[in-house]
Amino acid sequence: MEISCSRKSGQSACQCRRDLMPDKFVAEIVRNIPPSGIRKFFDLVLEMEGVISLGVGEPDFVTPWHIREACIYSLEKGFTSYTSNFGLLELRELISKNYKKDYKVDYDPQHQILVTTGVSEAADLAFRALIDPGDEVIVPEPCYVSYKPSISLAGGVPVPVRTHMENEFRITAQQIEKSITKKTKALVLSYPNNPTGAVLRKKDLVEVADVVNEYDLAVISDEVYCKLTYGGLHTCFSSIPGMKEKTIILNGFSKSHAMTGLRIGFAAGSEELIGAMTKIHQYAMLCAPITAQMGAIEALKNGNGEMDKMIREYDRRRRLIVDGLNKLGLDCFEPKGAFYAFPSIKSTGMTSEEFAGGLLKEEKVAVVPGNVFGECGEGHLRCSYATSREQLVEALGRIESYLDKSQ
Amino acid sequence: MKEILEILENDPKIKPKEIAAMTGLTEAQVASKIKQMEKKGIIRKYKTVIDWEKAGEEYVYAIIELKVVLRSRTGYDAIAERIAKFPEVVSVRLISGGHDLSLTVRGKSMKEVAFFVAEKIATLEQVQGTVTHFVLRTYKQDGDILFEKERTERLPVSP
Repeated sequence: MEISCSRKSGQSACQCRRDLMPDKFVAEIVRNIPPSGIRKFFDLVLEMEGVISLGVGEPDFVTPWHIREACIYSLEKGFTSYTSNFGLLELRELISKNYKKDYKVDYDPQHQILVTTGVSEAADLAFRALIDPGDEVIVPEPCYVSYKPSISLAGGVPVPVRTHMENEFRITAQQIEKSITKKTKALVLSYPNNPTGAVLRKKDLVEVADVVNEYDLAVISDEVYCKLTYGGLHTCFSSIPGMKEKTIILNGFSKSHAMTGLRIGFAAGSEELIGAMTKIHQYAMLCAPITAQMGAIEALKNGNGEMDKMIREYDRRRRLIVDGLNKLGLDCFEPKGAFYAFPSIKSTGMTSEEFAGGLLKEEKVAVVPGNVFGECGEGHLRCSYATSREQLVEALGRIESYLDKSQ
Repeated sequence: MKEILEILENDPKIKPKEIAAMTGLTEAQVASKIKQMEKKGIIRKYKTVIDWEKAGEEYVYAIIELKVVLRSRTGYDAIAERIAKFPEVVSVRLISGGHDLSLTVRGKSMKEVAFFVAEKIATLEQVQGTVTHFVLRTYKQDGDILFEKERTERLPVSP
């Protein structure tokens, strides 16, 4: 699902891929994975010029200079080798220290933390480590696009559960309980949420934990946006009593320290679960890139100042875009995390794809149609506010003129 | 209040309407807070950072370090204030180390700056000695890097 090409090479790759029929050699399980909705939209955007994009799932800040400098310095000193499968011990110790400090959760840096090539790898490892063929995994939607395919590839069955704007896109313990069958193995939590910006409060998490305990589920909690919360601090799911042993925490540096392209993340959990993930990781990936690990060490040691600055700036943009969208009549609940607004466009009578396609064609603003994040995202748009204030204001103006024209 | 200042520090042209949206205050509240801060002198001035070289204007800048003999009681403030009144002087700072005051002076030519220092500054009774450093090139000014802006190509749409 990751789009791993530069703009130019991406363009040619997409053009030749358009009419691609699956090769007879391609495995059935891969053939059955539907094409990414984001991919389709991506192709459209590439054909146009002068587009303002609110479609981007990464910070518009460049990695802070002190982190880039640390990466460069590590290369100068000749750090270009493999590291331990688990990742550099110094990095794991820093991660452990931070979890103790921020969330009062104790992870042994020797056995309970695994450094991965981005959070995406960690998610894939977690699914493969947990899932036996036919196991069901509950996935609250709308959500990040890669969980469902990763679960399918691991031989599991994703069971989507719909969340709604009326409940601020929070999953409830009752909804989870209703979706549980004999085959249910695990639950995915991803809060603060991409694409909705929803967060779960501590009391929600406690209720979810009760269900998890009662039905003895494993939990994969993707908390990569944990630093980006507004008006309240994040609660780590494994800090809820009894949850640490059942939970794999996924996290990384992409969003908090603007390090997306460096591909660096980690997983934390019980020795047994992390051990199982490491077994796959050591054969599939060996270790995360050492340069990125060096950057991550610097980020944890000295990155808080720059991070706080970024968060404050996101918060201002968040208010700006939510206020702007609401004034245009596109109902938008107040997102409390990540850097996305998820307005409803139901008042226009258009589907998400119609609206987003028209907006792109007529006003050259790219947003991602909500339905690519799950069926219940239909009728919404994901607007990333990880873009400059000037661009946000310009984009809001263009959306207004699009709405005027289409009425 | 700090929030408004942080926003204005980077973009003085931003409208109170936008600040209001970003801070959750009303437009009137924002406007009145800004007025207040202007009155109190917390907001001193709205300035534009200009790359004069790019505009084709030649300005010469020099950093001048001064050694000062203090007259009894008046202290550094008095001499600093006197020097600050020259429009050629862009900044005046009291510094630690081998010298006492550091000035930045702007002129149209090296000659003009050199004469200004020789005639107006070095001649001041309390000034014991001056060291003039001409600026050859400015790379960063008022927090703004004067190189080409860093441009990173993000993919226009990503998950």
